[in-house]
Amino acid sequence: MTVNGVEQVRDIEPRLLLVHLLRDELRLTGTHWGCDTSNCGACTVWMDGLPVKSCTVLAVMADGRSVRTVEDLEGPFGLDQVQQSFMDCHGLQCGFCTPGMLMTARKLLDDNPDPTDTEIREAISGQICRCTGYRNIVAAIRHAADAEAAGRGDT
Amino acid sequence: MTGTLEGCAGPGFGSVPRKEDGRFVRGRGRFVDDIALPGMLHGAVLRSPYAHARIRAVDATAAESHPKVRAVITGETLAARGMAWMPTFSHDVAAVLATDKVRYQGQEVAFVVAEDRYAARDALALIDVDYEPLPPVVDARLALSPEAPVIRDDLLDRTDNHVFDWETGDADATAALFARAAHVSECDLVYPRVHPAPLETCGTVADFDRISGKLTVHATAQAPHAHRMLYARIAGIPEHRIRIIAPDIGGGFGNKVGMYPGYLCAVVGSIVTGAPVKWVEDRSENLMSTSFARDFHMHGEIAADADGHILAIRVSVLADHGAFNATAQPSKFPAGFFGVFTGSYDIAAAHCRVTGVYTNKAPGGVAYACSFRVTEAVYLVERLVDVLARDTGRDAAELRMANLLTPDRFPFRSATGWEYDSGDYPRALRTALEMADYPSVRAEQKDRWAAFERTGKGPLTGVGMSVFTEAVGAGPRRLMDIMGLGMADGAELRVHPTGSAVLRLSCMSQGQGHETTFAQIVSHELGLPVDAVEVIQGDTDNTPFGLGTYGSRSTPVSGAAASVAAGKVREQARQVAAVLLEVAADDLRWDVGTGTADGGSFSVAGVPGVSVSLREIAMAAHGGLDLPDGVEGQLAASTVYNPPNLTFPFGAYVCVVDVDPGTGEVEVRRFVAVDDCGVRINPMIVEGQIHGGLADGIGMALMELVAFDDDGNHLSASFMDYLLPTAMECPPWELAATVTPSPHHPLGAKGVGESATVGSPPAVVNAVLDAIGVRHADMPLTPAHVWRALQGRPIRPDIAIR
Repeated sequence: MTVNGVEQVRDIEPRLLLVHLLRDELRLTGTHWGCDTSNCGACTVWMDGLPVKSCTVLAVMADGRSVRTVEDLEGPFGLDQVQQSFMDCHGLQCGFCTPGMLMTARKLLDDNPDPTDTEIREAISGQICRCTGYRNIVAAIRHAADAEAAGRGDT
Repeated sequence: MTGTLEGCAGPGFGSVPRKEDGRFVRGRGRFVDDIALPGMLHGAVLRSPYAHARIRAVDATAAESHPKVRAVITGETLAARGMAWMPTFSHDVAAVLATDKVRYQGQEVAFVVAEDRYAARDALALIDVDYEPLPPVVDARLALSPEAPVIRDDLLDRTDNHVFDWETGDADATAALFARAAHVSECDLVYPRVHPAPLETCGTVADFDRISGKLTVHATAQAPHAHRMLYARIAGIPEHRIRIIAPDIGGGFGNKVGMYPGYLCAVVGSIVTGAPVKWVEDRSENLMSTSFARDFHMHGEIAADADGHILAIRVSVLADHGAFNATAQPSKFPAGFFGVFTGSYDIAAAHCRVTGVYTNKAPGGVAYACSFRVTEAVYLVERLVDVLARDTGRDAAELRMANLLTPDRFPFRSATGWEYDSGDYPRALRTALEMADYPSVRAEQKDRWAAFERTGKGPLTGVGMSVFTEAVGAGPRRLMDIMGLGMADGAELRVHPTGSAVLRLSCMSQGQGHETTFAQIVSHELGLPVDAVEVIQGDTDNTPFGLGTYGSRSTPVSGAAASVAAGKVREQARQVAAVLLEVAADDLRWDVGTGTADGGSFSVAGVPGVSVSLREIAMAAHGGLDLPDGVEGQLAASTVYNPPNLTFPFGAYVCVVDVDPGTGEVEVRRFVAVDDCGVRINPMIVEGQIHGGLADGIGMALMELVAFDDDGNHLSASFMDYLLPTAMECPPWELAATVTPSPHHPLGAKGVGESATVGSPPAVVNAVLDAIGVRHADMPLTPAHVWRALQGRPIRPDIAIR
């Protein structure tokens, strides 16, 4: 498998969860673990370009696939816009849900550069934040969409 | 955001971005489960499947022979070290690992230390425990019946499940007012058991160094210094050989105040194996065994005269404390600060009696942003006022407005003895009603009712409100302590020679943004840029002693400490500046400046152009200047702040809901929140905390419940069963602020972290009941529950649906 563009080869137990492979073996601890049951979304990563909850994905299921985590969002030219917007809009407090929220937000904006607030709320509805009451997360994703539209020169 | 923020100006204050965020958005936060020490082992807890059972035997031999297992710790192991039981915050003891009986489902029975977390879990299945099941006490209302099994037969001469009786107020004066009241309304209300459920569960990495004898504990600890003292007492390790390090904490909400068996087992695991031991609970363990919240069964009565003036309130409460009395609250307050139940109203007399009972459920009771049970108090009074309005045919807003304390009454001594520091309640309620456009919502409601009566179809619209008074910032040492430690907090501030600074604090952020807010306080006092102040917290070797962050106490107590320490540094700077400028210190005038790297400055009164900046003073203080006796060559100060009183933030909330009478589904359409927490240091952070608390209100009012079946089985042990609000249930919160400074806080600030969690549940419940025209039904108002309430058959929430 590749993780954040780097090929990884490991002998693993069949029962090993992807979240534990990422966190414990590859030390990519930005992906968090919060509930075991796919409810909270703190463990959200991309597998072959689609957000998955890595607490309910077996690591062997990622064999031959490409996995992307929050550590890959920042590029050579700086933060991804969703990262910057979460900072600008106070879209995080304790920071525990943030990596998962960012991965979902990035995917949403890649698919739908101009989402409505309802579409934003639906996109993150599989994720729980206990601190922000979601308002500033929605605002941050909206802010990122606007900033990227401005960057593209959209009117 | 609308409203006025007068009094919140000055350098340092304002909505500056948070210093913390850079690491979190990069996935570079450092939470306890992110820590990996060389040679680290992993712990797992074996838990009781029974709510109540005698332990006949524990056989760990098979687990011990697992190739990856390094140690198995049982109650017997701990008993040999005198650690099978630990003291609680509330004059009781709690089992660390069960030796005699298990007293709730999920209670800790054994602890395995293994080479990886999967092996540790595997080995749990190899431990053979011989249980003799006993009948459990599940229903708190039956806990004191003569037939109830005695849960705490470990305590000497114990023949029942009674924990305590406590009362406050004047029973006779209250009875006299009830006797002459024109109207009395009564209501039974359950504030059901809920759980703070921070997104990060509790965990630790314990590392005992056999050579130095020093124990280092990395842990999710909201109160690191209090934890150090507890480890010293329980494990017998001297306090100076214990270092608690709280790394980034993924939310706390009171869940991470207490001492949990897993922490202590990890310590023992590290001692016996000689290696660091990590233990992180899973979600089920978190929901089943760590500090729950609420579980107050209340009977309230409210008396009014013929004109609708509230005369008195009388309350009796049955408090379900679970199997051990381990509520984390000031030790002289067995019902926390529930005594503020007279709320925001001008009430002449009040009385309350609280009885605590043991049940076969997890211990706790004070958690989930409750400000030591102000949540329960606010819910009680705000529900009672609505019931009174309904029973007497009055409008809920008008009834409140007619009974609110007016600004001229402050400082106000309540009928139960609390001295409210400052407030302007009518202004807050007026603002909220205007924002919500109250008359037009009422008109819409009327139309919807008419349509419903005509067609049988919804939605029905309801509007509910609450005007809450919080009591936060515990607290004065003479009144408030935790295990004998007065509830003060320390701060140490040092300005480096080049003019930047470090501030060390005894409190500990769990997402509140201390690194930013406390730097702003120093900036405000000394004129330094916010970025020039480093904030250190959560490491007992490198911070002053203090009681930590919970009960909205960081800004009221530690914030005041930071302000006082900065004031001391400023006065030191004045003495050095006097030497530098060769004038008397009294002739110097302080100008805080505009937050540049130079900091504030002292100038000579009446001599234009002669001044020296804090940065210059800092260098001079450490330089070759010949300082007189009594003036130290440094800019550094420490303080311990013992608050003279609590602070009393308040607010007015208005909630508008639409209810589908066919399905019972509730949609929160609007939520208007006017909060007054005095001076706001960082309004952006304050608003963010309010948003979070409002979501808690939606959660508790509509979704969250820890329920049990008749056998004491925990029915809410995952996020599939313990429902938390998502972005879909939360409306876009509409906020406004008023600012009524606290007269006794050095910055005029009050705590705010829990205001919205405390104030919002009654607004939501009042709105739903208003929509469906039902006098009372208990939380959580799930679709099934709303529908049943509409049929006149409300559900009792604290036990499983029958």
